[in-house]
Amino acid sequence: MTPRKDLLDIQSLTDEELEFILSNAVPFKNLFKRSVKKVPTLKGRTVLTLFYEPSTRTRSSFEIAASRLSADVTNFSVSTSSVVKGESVLDTVATLEAMRTDYVVVRHSMSGIPNLIAKHTNASVINAGDGFHAHPTQGLLDVFTLREVFGGDVRGARVAFIGDIQHSRVARSTNLLCRRMGMQTAMLAPGSLIPRELPQEIAVFQDWKELYAWKPDVIYLLRVQTERQNVPFFPSIGEYHRLFGLTDERLKWARDNGIWVMHPGPVNRGVELTDSVMEYERSLIDQQVENGIAVRMSVLYWLKPGSSTEDKP
Amino acid sequence: MPDLAPILSKQDVTQRIERIAQAIQERFPGKDLALVGIYRRGVPLAERLYTLLKPHFPDLNIGRVDISLYRDDLKALEIIPKLIGSELSFDLDGKHVILCDEVLHTGRTARAALDELLEYGRPQKVELAVLVDREGRELPIAADYVGERVTIKPEERIAVRFVEVDGEDAVYVQQGGARR
Repeated sequence: MTPRKDLLDIQSLTDEELEFILSNAVPFKNLFKRSVKKVPTLKGRTVLTLFYEPSTRTRSSFEIAASRLSADVTNFSVSTSSVVKGESVLDTVATLEAMRTDYVVVRHSMSGIPNLIAKHTNASVINAGDGFHAHPTQGLLDVFTLREVFGGDVRGARVAFIGDIQHSRVARSTNLLCRRMGMQTAMLAPGSLIPRELPQEIAVFQDWKELYAWKPDVIYLLRVQTERQNVPFFPSIGEYHRLFGLTDERLKWARDNGIWVMHPGPVNRGVELTDSVMEYERSLIDQQVENGIAVRMSVLYWLKPGSSTEDKP
Repeated sequence: MPDLAPILSKQDVTQRIERIAQAIQERFPGKDLALVGIYRRGVPLAERLYTLLKPHFPDLNIGRVDISLYRDDLKALEIIPKLIGSELSFDLDGKHVILCDEVLHTGRTARAALDELLEYGRPQKVELAVLVDREGRELPIAADYVGERVTIKPEERIAVRFVEVDGEDAVYVQQGGARR
């Protein structure tokens, strides 16, 4: 497979590239069973994580992926950097350029910032979430997990996204990939959190009874993102849980019907889901975390490092 | 494939592999032996040696290493190889391991395979078996079992073909072409 410079969204991936990333993630995951989990593939390369939005798990996941490939990982933390002193994104990029970074992992609250950065740097840019736009590695790790669950053939599997669809780049990226791989998808959310521009063929439900009738194989709980809502979209957390959360009663329905549960983390207990989901035998939440590392290793393996020696004087 | 006649025919290939198996058997009567093929064409070589040696070594193990993640030139490649993954499902500690590859040229593949192998355990000894040994070493590496030694020009290339991968058993000399 020909390497590419950047991974900015799912749409720009060809079917072959998609398959390459997903199938290579399998041997990467097998490495985790070794006592030495590290391979020398990116020795001497630098991966920089540039997060303009708080994130613990996505950033750690990228850091672990990069370290297991033997890259040097540097964390450009916004709160401790000159960004808070008013440095613009492009000034920061110029600095990174001078540092000869090979890979930049970017998260920003504004859609399109990773694309902007990619245009202005030789480094390979990976979008780790931008605004409501995209979170491609999340989509990849989710379909990788679904392929594990369904033994490779995911066609026809029924996945329902539940919660804040409107503000979720996870729902956007994962839903897009699920549909592309032949799965059926549906949405369950308060009317105020359903995007208007949804394609016709996606079923939209407003209560769980309708969802039960749709007979999903997987329910994907989205995080309630209070930090992305300037105005409240539902009256209270308690009411959200009662109306849309995976309550104990709904968990019983899931267990009786053998339904898999996914969540991108971090979970808000008592909001999207009840405590007992964490012990549910068909919860894929931990598997998603582990797979995230393998998939991100696979992405780094494929992308072309930026600070190649040929442009040096 | 060029029109040139192969330097080793199907019968030659079979006979060279038998000779390697014979040498291994003579050197290791009853040792705790394991064969590890270097993906890609080291794998069929290891499998054939396994078939020949299994009657003499009941506990014989076989495995595979995919060295893609251990290459020293990976990020300079135009095409990134699809990963097959290594498969070493037995305990390497204390084993006599024979790494198998189809050609020994620069020694870089063997170096990468050694590095990878040693991350899975601590074999008592590691040796190298190759079907064809040609000049052009760039590292201090030598084969312990050699099917055929050939002398060719630096710009020429050895192409080993195995039925399992290529549909025929033969060894050719090719002009130019990319080094693997």
